[in-house]
Amino acid sequence: MLRRNFMKTLSAAAITTAFGLSPISALAAETIKVGVLHSLSGTMAISETALKETVLMAIDEINSKGGVLGKKLEPVVVDPASNWPLFAEKARQLLSKDKVAVTFGCWTSVSRKSVLPVYKELNGLLFYPVQYEGEELERNVFYTGAAPNQQAIPAVEYLMSKDGGEAKRFVLLGTDYVYPRTTNKILRAFLKSKGVADADIMEEYTPFGHSDYQTIIAKIKKFSSEGKKTAVVSTINGDSNVPFYKELGNAGLKATEVPVVAFSVGEEELRGVDTKPLVGHLASWNYFMSLKNADNDKFTKLYRAWAVKQKLPNADKAVTNDPMEATYIGVHMWKQAVEKAKSTDVDKVIAAMGGQTFKAPSGFTIKMDEKNHHLHKPVFIGEIKADGQFNVVWKTPGPIKAQPWSPYIPGNDKKKDEPEGK
Amino acid sequence: MRTTGLLFCGWLLSTACLAAIDPTLLKPLASEDSESKIAAIAALAQAAPDEALPVLKALADDSLALAGERVVIVDGARVLDAASHTEIKPTPAATETIGINNRVRRELSGALAALRLFSTERAVRWQAAQELTLSADAKMLPLLDKALAVETDPEIRKRLQLAHAQASLGSTEAGVRLAAVRVLGESSDPNVRQMLLPLTEKRGDAWIEPDSAVRAAARTSIRSIEQRLAWADNLGRAFTGLSLGSILLLAALGLAITYGVMGVINMAHGELLMVGAYSAWVMQGVFRAYLPGAIDWYLLAALPVGFLSAALVGILMERIVIRHLYGRPLETLLATWGISLFLMQVARTLFGAQNVEVANPVWMAGGIEVLPNLMLPWNRIIIVGFSIAVLAVMWGILNLSRLGMFVRAVTQNRAMAGCVGVPTGRVDTLAFGLGAGIAGLGGVALSQIANVGPDMGQGYIVDSFMVVVLGGVGQLAGAVWAALGLGVFTKFLEGWTGAVVAKIVVLVFIIIFIQKRPQGLFALKGRFVES
Repeated sequence: MLRRNFMKTLSAAAITTAFGLSPISALAAETIKVGVLHSLSGTMAISETALKETVLMAIDEINSKGGVLGKKLEPVVVDPASNWPLFAEKARQLLSKDKVAVTFGCWTSVSRKSVLPVYKELNGLLFYPVQYEGEELERNVFYTGAAPNQQAIPAVEYLMSKDGGEAKRFVLLGTDYVYPRTTNKILRAFLKSKGVADADIMEEYTPFGHSDYQTIIAKIKKFSSEGKKTAVVSTINGDSNVPFYKELGNAGLKATEVPVVAFSVGEEELRGVDTKPLVGHLASWNYFMSLKNADNDKFTKLYRAWAVKQKLPNADKAVTNDPMEATYIGVHMWKQAVEKAKSTDVDKVIAAMGGQTFKAPSGFTIKMDEKNHHLHKPVFIGEIKADGQFNVVWKTPGPIKAQPWSPYIPGNDKKKDEPEGK
Repeated sequence: MRTTGLLFCGWLLSTACLAAIDPTLLKPLASEDSESKIAAIAALAQAAPDEALPVLKALADDSLALAGERVVIVDGARVLDAASHTEIKPTPAATETIGINNRVRRELSGALAALRLFSTERAVRWQAAQELTLSADAKMLPLLDKALAVETDPEIRKRLQLAHAQASLGSTEAGVRLAAVRVLGESSDPNVRQMLLPLTEKRGDAWIEPDSAVRAAARTSIRSIEQRLAWADNLGRAFTGLSLGSILLLAALGLAITYGVMGVINMAHGELLMVGAYSAWVMQGVFRAYLPGAIDWYLLAALPVGFLSAALVGILMERIVIRHLYGRPLETLLATWGISLFLMQVARTLFGAQNVEVANPVWMAGGIEVLPNLMLPWNRIIIVGFSIAVLAVMWGILNLSRLGMFVRAVTQNRAMAGCVGVPTGRVDTLAFGLGAGIAGLGGVALSQIANVGPDMGQGYIVDSFMVVVLGGVGQLAGAVWAALGLGVFTKFLEGWTGAVVAKIVVLVFIIIFIQKRPQGLFALKGRFVES
């Protein structure tokens, strides 16, 4: 029997080779293909490259323990190059040509919005690992990053608290696309509900890849000197953060006077910046590398070893961050769901995902909500330290449930907390 | 016995001999709650001002830690007991850093400034006085009185008097308040204006400030502060415009030669900037590996390297491709665009697709504070100076050197220049190399303020062409005026409409301008063969 199978494979291989096809396709049945859809070049490469490495690392880890359902995972890596339409094209290629069982990918919401129709049309499965603005709930997507109530709202509440500096005026600063615009809409409504007047909110946007932040820093300085304690909420994405923080440091805007809390800046983005002038500025995430617990130790050690093995640049200083943790959770939860469903069939895996739990590097056992495709996550607020790591200054007692439909946007109270057509 | 010890310590105060601090004072510093941390800082500074300084400094630098129950200072590999300031042997295995948040940090810097106000070094006292003006309140009056009594330096005295005036605004005596308001009129800090504003306002029917003389003085003081602020605002705006202009100029100067003077539409110009920027990164790596002591000066070494490598790439481009395409602008455009893609891919293969980190040398970090609301960053100031220097050198080469004369001759009349013996082919190559090299220098400068990556050139190619076309093809002066004009115009618009709209408006403006005046700001006059 075994021998016959072997002969079959061999002859199949011989035939396909004879027809000029790659022999690997004949072995495809022995592996499960996993798509990796992250920008490895362009303005988002600064953030997304590490996520690709994390997926590959998790796949390697799973394979070394025997794979899934007795099969090895085979990563298919593509580079959509920070080009939003290219994301859709590459997604289509992954689903219809490579026939991947699942895709881990996207960072910016605009890239996720651009691949959504493809995943719906071809009934694919996408794990999205980054904090985002909510206002979306798709059957084909699992969101392992934070919804606004798991990141943005707690951060602003902290800024308004006594320890956060009792801010009364807010600068909402972001890159010009859907995530910052929607988040700021939610924040504006939230601030209004807390009694902050419109005159005390300044909204500013810059294009992707913007590199001259002089005017904006000067504006923030002026705004903050018009009385009342001011704080900046930054949703700047990608490599613009480097010039922004450089300018912030050089302009002498200290965290004790005007704190900046960022939602898309983690350990990875700060690697290219001298953090000494930035001590005390904040970030709000569901995970920090500096958290002390056994799972995080394991995770950071695993990634360091992976970085050294892959000879990544600056491997000795490799850092982990929140979206990497979310990616790691996503890969493992998908594996668990496949094992529960005993199949990689998208519909069966979606059904098996609800209620999955995983002991995450954040130190908590994280659960995938039974219905709404989002994780229950803890929230941490950290201050930048001189070494580029974060010192946690506030945290929730435990994981909190995601609200993809923010109650601060009118009309959302009528929306169902689960995807349509389920 | 104890008294003798104390006296002895007092005698040796400037050396490391410090009395031990009561450990019960230190323990609350490690508390979880900010409230008790702040109370502990105040208590410590009160009880043992001299001994507290190293402990509080360690807390501010994240080097104060807990080893079991004991509060310690981590100093590199050594661990010192915070109470006695002696080294602990054996070194504790695990220490847990005591973290602080912004609120504690603010209180801490106030407490530290108060302690440092009596330092023997002028610079330390100056900084302490500056920090105190940010947080002066009535509680600090006794401290400020004490410091003013011993301070002799006039500048520091002035600062302290400002802080003193701020702190005494809340006094119950109208005379004290009047004096304070008058002193504060000397300030140019927007926060002070904010403090004075309520004095001129009414709450309900009653004035917040009951005394009319104080009210009038407050109004005068606010007016004089506002004048100074407005002045600083305009100066700041002009500077940001100048800075953007200098960056545009650096990016476009090379193109002003290759396109402006030689007429080659070089789409790979942005990639020449990239070559320069990567040279800075490579030199940084070389210095880190072989000359770590002189790492701050890697940028100076990067200048010749950036110039030569970009010039080399330029010369190769000219010799291999562009030489064959003179006079065929469309083909040149296509070919150089191909070269640009090629160079980008080479960079991606050699250095990776991700941006690389180019650190600012220490002498380029920070800035000079002209006024409390106006800080001019060093990296921008240096780049403005650098672009002037590059411009001067280029003007010199074009107008004073033999090569420059040849370039101008070939530009104006190629055939005639050839007839009188100018080696036109070689002049073309050298001029193209010069333009490319200048672009390399621009790239080195850009590495200090923008991201360095394979795609960075794409962001500058449009701006560079904008400057050259707007300035008028064929000369340098046009490029200079166009760069400065665009810089100031963009920054003015950005302040008014935001960055996204400003970019659109600038592009629309240029389209209209080019339609009305296709020859640019300055048209080259003279007899041309082509025209």
